Amino acid sequence: MSKKSYRQAINEAIRQEMERDSRVIIMGEDIAGGTGTKGDQDAWGGPLGVTKGLRPQFGPDRVLDTHLAEISFVGAAVGAAATGLRPIVELMFVDFAGVCFDQIFNQAAKFRYMFGGKAVTPLVVRTMYGAGFRAASQHSQCLYPMFTHIPGLKVALPSNPYEAKGLLIQAIRDDDPVIFFEHKALYDMEGEVPDEAYAIPFGEANVTREGDDVTIVAFGRMVNFANEAADNLAKSGITCTVVDPRTTSPLDTETILETVAETGRLVVVDEAHPRCSMASDVAGLVAENAFDALRAPIRMVTAPHAPVPFSSVLEDLYIPGVDKIEAAVRGVMEHGRKEAAE
Amino acid sequence: MSGPQRITPFWAEDGAEETETKGESAMPAIRAITMPKWGLAMEEGMLARWAIEEGASVGLGDEIMDIETSKIANVFESPVAGVLRRKVVGEGDTVPVGALLGVVTEGDVPDAEIDAFVADFLASFATAEKDEADAPAAEPIAVEGRTIRHLRLGPDGGTPILMIHGFGADLSTWMFNQEAIAGDRAVYALDLPGHGGSSKQVDDGSVEGLARMVKAYMDVVGIDRAHLVGHSLGGAIALEVASTAPDRVAALTLIAPAAFGPEIATDFIEGFISETRSRKLRPVLEMLVANPDMVSADMVEDVLKFKRLDGAPAALRTIADANFGGGSQKASLRDRLAGLDVPVHVIWGEDDRILPARHAEGLPESVSVTRLSGAGHIAHMEKASEINGVIKSVS
Repeated sequence: MSKKSYRQAINEAIRQEMERDSRVIIMGEDIAGGTGTKGDQDAWGGPLGVTKGLRPQFGPDRVLDTHLAEISFVGAAVGAAATGLRPIVELMFVDFAGVCFDQIFNQAAKFRYMFGGKAVTPLVVRTMYGAGFRAASQHSQCLYPMFTHIPGLKVALPSNPYEAKGLLIQAIRDDDPVIFFEHKALYDMEGEVPDEAYAIPFGEANVTREGDDVTIVAFGRMVNFANEAADNLAKSGITCTVVDPRTTSPLDTETILETVAETGRLVVVDEAHPRCSMASDVAGLVAENAFDALRAPIRMVTAPHAPVPFSSVLEDLYIPGVDKIEAAVRGVMEHGRKEAAE
Repeated sequence: MSGPQRITPFWAEDGAEETETKGESAMPAIRAITMPKWGLAMEEGMLARWAIEEGASVGLGDEIMDIETSKIANVFESPVAGVLRRKVVGEGDTVPVGALLGVVTEGDVPDAEIDAFVADFLASFATAEKDEADAPAAEPIAVEGRTIRHLRLGPDGGTPILMIHGFGADLSTWMFNQEAIAGDRAVYALDLPGHGGSSKQVDDGSVEGLARMVKAYMDVVGIDRAHLVGHSLGGAIALEVASTAPDRVAALTLIAPAAFGPEIATDFIEGFISETRSRKLRPVLEMLVANPDMVSADMVEDVLKFKRLDGAPAALRTIADANFGGGSQKASLRDRLAGLDVPVHVIWGEDDRILPARHAEGLPESVSVTRLSGAGHIAHMEKASEINGVIKSVS
């Protein structure tokens, strides 16, 4: 066990799985860098250095720099998965997914179903998401709700280095296509990560804080903000249960419903836009299945229904933060008190 | 007149220090109660509750406060005896390891001297912070081609102590013990094969096999002869080592050892292996203790993290099947006790829900038995100072 960054944790997961299983390959734009030139090989190691060092260790047959056309190299990865390899393909920014939706939504997601369960597609699409990087509206979106919507895909959202390694190993070993979302603001986050390989099962939430008053369900980077908000609120006597579902598909509905049954209040924190989001999905789930437990209306803390602004001032306001989570929790705690006073 | 100003952290409170204190027993003394370090990862702790008021007397090992860390909540037993004169830290405050929590005095000490003591401590503590870089850490070593993670604390000299944890645990189970007994000797703790940071290969998972690895570990580390302290399955392993290699063992302290009778809480073993969610695993882990509040969320998460390691569930399964398969303990080693020519101490928590305390009955007269009320299966965590006292008295 030692301290590692989110970036190192992902690199270690890929490295250990490539060492364990020769069918695991990795491909994407500049994941090594320098292919086809006389310059340094592994010059980039990925746009943010996540895959650095893999090319020298595993060679160009297993670490493939691709051309700049997601439509074809993601398609090639889907085909490789369908024919016996276990590819990890890097879709640099999830914002670029639009050009390869057919490969993901219509092909990878459907093979198991359409071929009577006889086909497997052990594909991992690693992709960056999220705002806060001053990268404007085409490089900052949180599109995980769109992938969560599609049956046949699994979707993982690690919130810290420990989860990044364990969920990625699980993703690589999984026989279904997994879209693995890496928040670009978390790459330098450090935490204790075992040196050994380990897999975190999909569909099992992590309860990061336990409290009596409010359940906060948060996704990806937002889990860290929710934890901070919960710690701040605890000082003023409001204790929160924080649930990190880790994967949006499959979703651990059991833990969400159980904890809401205990607290009677729910705040959902999602960096995506509010419509058709994980926030609205979890709110709907709880409203349908735990209505009688609720002591206050559900609150959603999300980004606004607007593109991510390029202005840094506006971008900071855009991202759901600790203050907004605390305000929402205080809001649900206030519910009923005002009426009682009136 | 430096004596009364001496600062005594609890882990330094060993035989040597006590002798010195006795020598000057007529002298007034001021002693610091500082935030203990429970386990390698602990950097700070929260004083949850003072158990006594200022002006009250406190004996060595008496409950003086409750401390909570992210890993564990436990009673802190006073490392010194005297009168609690000053509470330096209030309830609910979080302070770093080593920070001054309170002041206990012996004899007649004026308030002004206590003020000066506190001021001195705070001044020197602030400057002494951040020299923890060279703190000892658990490290992997190669034993018969496999990795064994171990931790050595304490100086050379005297008979070393080797601590062997139980089923599903690792060396961090000794967080309240290892440092506390390492004042004057080397104290080793290892992760058994299949556990913690050690290789997950366990072969047949038997006590004999695990004991062979412990002997091989002693060879590699250079421990000729040690006082073995074993908990639960580790107790059975320690006894197996003592009976198969008597020249390697100077004494045995067995805490709720396995293989002393057929009964075992199989629901604990099965739940421990199979539950993958914290909310399901927690009630299983609560079976380990007399007071369930001791089980923190992080403790549950640490067990889950261990079980997610490649090979860990299979190792646990193999060990469980080899030793506790079919609802009872397969081996009985209690007959081995009579043949041993070393001091043997058996300690059992009265509220043990995993291995019943009645297994401590009917042992040979040569074996000293201590039964602790208010303690469950992990008595070395629940009643650390009593057990540390026993270990030190045996050594």
